[in-house]
Amino acid sequence: MIRRNVNLGLERRDFLRISVAASGGLLIGLHFPGLQAIASAESVSKQPANFMPNAFVRIGSDDRVTVIVNHSEMGQGVYTSLPMLLAEELDADWEKVGFEPAPVDPKYNHPAFGIQMTGGSSSVWSGLEQFRQAGAAARAMLVTAAAQQWKVDTTACRTESGAVLNGSNRKLTYGQLVGIAATLTPPEHVQLKDPKTFKLIGKPIKRLDTPEKLNGGAVFGIDVKLPGLLTAVIARPPIFGAKMKSFDDSRARSMPGVKKIVAVPAGVAVIAESFWQAKMARNALKVEWDEGSMQNFSTAEMMHQFREQVKSPGTSVRKDGDAASALSGAAKKIEAVYEVPYLSHLMMEPLNCTVDLRADSCEVWTGSQFQTIDRANAAKVAGLPPEKVQLHTTFLGGGFGRRANPQSDFVVEAVHVAKAAGAPVKVIWTREDDMAGGWYRPAFLHAIEGGVDASGNALGWRSRLVGQSIMAGTLFAAMMMKGKEYDPASVEGVDDLPYEIPNITVESHQAEINVPVQWLRSVGHSHTAFAVECFVDELAGLAQKDPYQFRRALLQRHPRHLAVLDLAAEKAGWGKPLPNGLGRGIAVHFAFESYSAHVVEVSVENGQVRVHRMVCAIDCGQYVNPGIIAAQTEGGAIFGASAALLQELTFDKGRLQQTNFHTFPVMRMNECPKIETYIVDNQEKSGGIGEPGVPCAAPAIANAVFAVTGKRIRKLPIRLSEAV
Amino acid sequence: MINFSVNGKRVDLDVDPSTPLLWVIREQLGLTGTKYGCGMAQCGACTVHINGEAVRSCVAPVSRASGKSVTTIEGLSSDLSNPLQRAWREEDVPQCGYCQSGQLMSAAVLLRKNPKPTDDDIDDAMTGNICRCGTYPRIRRAIHRAAEMVAKGDAR
Repeated sequence: MIRRNVNLGLERRDFLRISVAASGGLLIGLHFPGLQAIASAESVSKQPANFMPNAFVRIGSDDRVTVIVNHSEMGQGVYTSLPMLLAEELDADWEKVGFEPAPVDPKYNHPAFGIQMTGGSSSVWSGLEQFRQAGAAARAMLVTAAAQQWKVDTTACRTESGAVLNGSNRKLTYGQLVGIAATLTPPEHVQLKDPKTFKLIGKPIKRLDTPEKLNGGAVFGIDVKLPGLLTAVIARPPIFGAKMKSFDDSRARSMPGVKKIVAVPAGVAVIAESFWQAKMARNALKVEWDEGSMQNFSTAEMMHQFREQVKSPGTSVRKDGDAASALSGAAKKIEAVYEVPYLSHLMMEPLNCTVDLRADSCEVWTGSQFQTIDRANAAKVAGLPPEKVQLHTTFLGGGFGRRANPQSDFVVEAVHVAKAAGAPVKVIWTREDDMAGGWYRPAFLHAIEGGVDASGNALGWRSRLVGQSIMAGTLFAAMMMKGKEYDPASVEGVDDLPYEIPNITVESHQAEINVPVQWLRSVGHSHTAFAVECFVDELAGLAQKDPYQFRRALLQRHPRHLAVLDLAAEKAGWGKPLPNGLGRGIAVHFAFESYSAHVVEVSVENGQVRVHRMVCAIDCGQYVNPGIIAAQTEGGAIFGASAALLQELTFDKGRLQQTNFHTFPVMRMNECPKIETYIVDNQEKSGGIGEPGVPCAAPAIANAVFAVTGKRIRKLPIRLSEAV
Repeated sequence: MINFSVNGKRVDLDVDPSTPLLWVIREQLGLTGTKYGCGMAQCGACTVHINGEAVRSCVAPVSRASGKSVTTIEGLSSDLSNPLQRAWREEDVPQCGYCQSGQLMSAAVLLRKNPKPTDDDIDDAMTGNICRCGTYPRIRRAIHRAAEMVAKGDAR
């Protein structure tokens, strides 16, 4: 199902090593998908009004440069940062640069993951060479075209702001050169710029997609319009695994606008002329469910079982030295059990998908993070080869991982509905449908035991986690788990515990529960950082040391951890007195190839935690757009703070107890702290930025609550009544 | 038949008067800049103006607009000349962008009533608008910036 290419078997760290090796020299072979083959074929066959030297750029005779972006725009800024990379090497006039979502094609596969997708905070680092090379190749061809025109050597030509120049008075714009350039063969090798000469990369360039997001012009999946489009909502099972037994649509089917009511694998689809009519008819529908094996499921009971399970040894993830002996010989030791709940991605745009299914074609419009997989799954249901399915990627009204569903749940069901509708149809999930629809961040329990010697030196650490695997049973299991008996996504962020402690044990228990779970922004790090960074504070307390200095001492061989930690501490004024009632907390974490540290200030009033200030330091190596990095870091901090303070999904009798924003809240304007972001400047490899801002928020807040109240937080969301 | 005006244009619609204004605007009138987020006046993504007042259109029956003047994000200014749109652009506020129509419509009412809002005023006016991407700090800065533009008279 996934079209394999040479990169599919690679883990991202392998990929990084290869890409670094490849970028060691300035002359780069065009080894990425999409940079070869199509070049001459397409450019010659198309009318000369356009020059498309490779899959990533099209230049028009009107001088417009359109960058075709193979990653989805879900707020993280890829429709700006990736065009910046290409435009930099092309020496384009930035005012004339635009973007276009890529169609689904192997040319647009993720260079490291082998499918077309967006996730893992990987768009910029994986596109870094690809988009620069695409721009450089186009530039070289335009220079050759101009040189031919002028009958001069290419070395006598230079480029600037969308034009080729020769001497002091000859100039041809790229638009004037598209006809000749389109007849040329793309170069085999291109020279990339010396970073010292960058004009765009590294600058806080304003986002290209902002204007249309300010006047209602941006088209999200839910906004797609088609002639004759119907709208459907689905009556969905109230419990995971429940099956429809029967339904009574005697009242619903005669309601205004209702076209059809039909059983589909996802439930009972109500297809109408408009959303409201479909929703009203669904309210009138009576469905009987066979509730299945989850009818008595309760999260309270599940966490109780996790607490029992954690008492026995799990699958070994990491074993340095002998933690058991070290702990038994420790002068002082402590054990803490951390708990985090299921979480909903809660994108502002609820899930939706529009399908126009014909006898021999199928068009799909949706905000997808998983184009290759969604297209293949849609094709299977449509009974068509994937090439007959055209998937149009719209803007995503938030993604956070939910729109990268291994089963393409929201796409597959829409194709089923389209089959029944006999007309183009848009399936819209209500907020309640979206929240109850599963694929959550899994709940986790993480028990940690640690000990120090008489002088307060950390001797041993034992982590034991219980939670569901995200990867198990998916197409990614083979690639990501690589025969391991545990899911790396469950333990990431503690399996690589950076602190210099001589004896470390990490063990994992995989819980088998029929609640669908999925990656949510920062994945395993969203819970491991909370447990680890809170426990480091508990150890510092045991050692009677300052939490910042305690970390520093244990991170001496980790200069990038230290640099962000020091930067956040310095900017926040760590150690300086605070007004009465305020306390500070600190946390540092490595995730998605980037380093992050937070220092936060909180107060506690009437049992409520209020976050006043968050100081964030981020090191994502060589960066492209510091404006976007600051935005992602701020947004990540707020995302993490929302989870820390407000969010929890619970089940009772198999039913989700939260339904909408009033029961699963998001931080609001009046609760939002002042946030400062400081970016480390260095020449390290590029890391991710969409997710690394999230993990530190919860532990830094929890540690600050301890500073104010003297009580330890070991459960999210933070409730002082549950503090220890 | 229900008549009202949308962004200065009169509309006459044959629609169930209990239908939420949001869906009439989006589906009947095709103005999809106004967004559905919660359907229960919790998130503010559907905020429009009825006679200049901010209304959560997901819970307002279309009958409430009868004979009145409705403004949607498309009517704030399509050429981005409104000081709020300009300030939003200068602060590069949107991330995913889905909530921003509602944010702008709420901010527009705030600035009309209070041309020089404090941070507390911004909290009061904007707390009904959720942003999952976390653009609040930039929204706050953009509102202050727009207020300065208006004060300096450089609002077009």
